[in-house]
Order: sequence, then structure tokens, then C-alpha cells
Amino acid sequence: MKILAAILTILVLAGSAAWAVDPSEMLPDPKAEARAEAVGKGLRCLVCQSESIEESNADLARDLRVIVRERIAAGDSDSQVVDYVVSRYGDYVLLKPPFKLSTVALWLGPLVILLLGLVWATSMFKRADRSEPDALNDEETNRLKSLVEKDKS
Amino acid sequence: MNRLAYLLPLAVIAVLAVFFFIGLGRDPKLIPSVLIDKQVPDFTLAALPGRGDTGLSSADLKGHVTLVDIYGSWCIACEEEHPTLLAIKKSGDVPIHGIDWRDDPEQGARWLIAHGDPYTRVGIDPVPGRTAIDFGVTGAPESFIVDQNGVIRFKYIGPITPEVWRDTLLPIVRSLRK
Repeated sequence: MKILAAILTILVLAGSAAWAVDPSEMLPDPKAEARAEAVGKGLRCLVCQSESIEESNADLARDLRVIVRERIAAGDSDSQVVDYVVSRYGDYVLLKPPFKLSTVALWLGPLVILLLGLVWATSMFKRADRSEPDALNDEETNRLKSLVEKDKS
Repeated sequence: MNRLAYLLPLAVIAVLAVFFFIGLGRDPKLIPSVLIDKQVPDFTLAALPGRGDTGLSSADLKGHVTLVDIYGSWCIACEEEHPTLLAIKKSGDVPIHGIDWRDDPEQGARWLIAHGDPYTRVGIDPVPGRTAIDFGVTGAPESFIVDQNGVIRFKYIGPITPEVWRDTLLPIVRSLRK
């Protein structure tokens, strides 16, 4: 139990240490800074790829953080900032892929497969409920009888 | 139920396996550029000290096919491609313009003296590398083939090798000249 608690503590601390934003990069207005962080968390670092630009120490991620904050300070809306980056790097830069025609299979595929599975499973269960086994024929009745007799003796 | 229906899950797995197998061979670092067939971004970059040119701007990319190379003196892979760029300059196949990305001007100038200078014009893109970001650059070196009208026609990620130049980039440059 103690070990578990220690592991959890380390994980939580490690999580907070992964924050890469330098205090000098932050916007003076906490509200604007919070918006910048929220936008940045949705943008992929192009160098490390599985981190957002808020988490990454890569130079390019830092540059993008600076630019996101500049645009927010200049009065851009969140979606304008995202569009600015997407127009240069494509949808790839979004950690959460957008819902559009080319990504329909990505978003709805799992749901469709789940529904198909449910339909299939219910039809299987229904069949199992309905079908009664055929009655034993003469040969089987005799064999059953002899087995029961054998067991008794 | 049709007996073939039992093979359906197997067929689904087989199709998925094919997709995943293709996916295994793909390099996740190769991000398709959204800027292909678009006008080069507007930029004006200052010159490196002592180089004698006036820097590089988007206007310099019009009128002829050019290779725009984004590099930096801090970039090891750029040293690797440098001999190829020098050979291209010698061949006179296409003018190469350099964007010295996230570099210190003095250091950038020294690097070109030390390693040779294949560039017609060089512009320095200081931190936070706005022009490189406008080009959708993910790392150095990256190179763009820009046509006579200033439209980006091809992007190559990574160091240009003699083979890449001969088999991929040069044919594109030649076809754009026509």
C-alpha cells in the first residue's frame, strides 16, 4: 500500500514537472494566459509528436507557444489562433482530429462496429433462447437408459 | 445462418491487418505539407553580416524556379547535406536560397565561411522563427521547390543527398522549367 502511494506521488509529481512553459513566456493577464494554455494543449509539438506544445521543451514548441500568446494578446479568438497554426501545419497539428468528411470513419467507425456487434450478439442470444434441442430418437433413449443403469449399479 | 458468415470476422481482421501493415512502413515524421501549390508566405528577412547580399524576401522567389533551403548553423543534419548543396551550386541547375533558421547572425556567417556557401541569397530568421513557421517547418533541414510564380511545388524533409537530388528534386525542377 505504501509502495502504491509512493508510486502515485511520483507519477503526480512527474506529471507537473513535465510542464514546459517558462514563466517569462506567460501573458501578464491570467485569463489570457489560461486561454493560451488551453489552445496550446490542443496543438501537437511537431518535433516530439506525442506531446502538446505546452508540454514540450523543443525549440519549435517554444516558438509556437510564443506565437500563440502573441496572437491572443493581439485580440485573436481561440479558433482564430488554432486556424493560424492549422493553415501552416495542417490538421496534423491538432491533437484532437476535427470532425469532417475525411475523418468520419475515424470518429464514427468504432461506434458503427460496436452497434454491429450488439446487433450480432442479440441475434445470437435470441437464437440460443428460441431453439429447443431435438427430442432423443430411439437409439439415443436406449443409450441414455443404459448409461443411467450402469451408473446405478 | 450462412456458414460464410463465420468467416466474416476473419475477413475483417485480414483487412485491418493489411492497413496496419502498410501503416508500419510509413514514417510518422513525414507530415504532408498543406502549403503545396500555395503561394510562398510573405516574408522579408535580413542579410547575414558581411555576406554582401540584401537578405531574402518572398519577392526574390519570383521569376525563376528556386530551391529554398531552411537550415541553421546549429543543425548537424544540415552539415550532412551541405556538400550536396555545394555540388548543386556548381552544376548551376537551380539557384538555392537559404533561410538561416533560429540562428545568431555572426555564428551563421561564420558557419558559411567554414563550410562553404552554396546560397544565392540568405535571410536570417531570428527566434521565434516566424518565417520558418509560416513555411510549416518541423525541423531542419527542409527544402522547398518554388516555381517561377512564387508557388511552392514540393517540400523535402531532411538532408538532401546526391541521390535525392538526382532522382527526386532535379526532375521536378526540370519539369517546372518547361
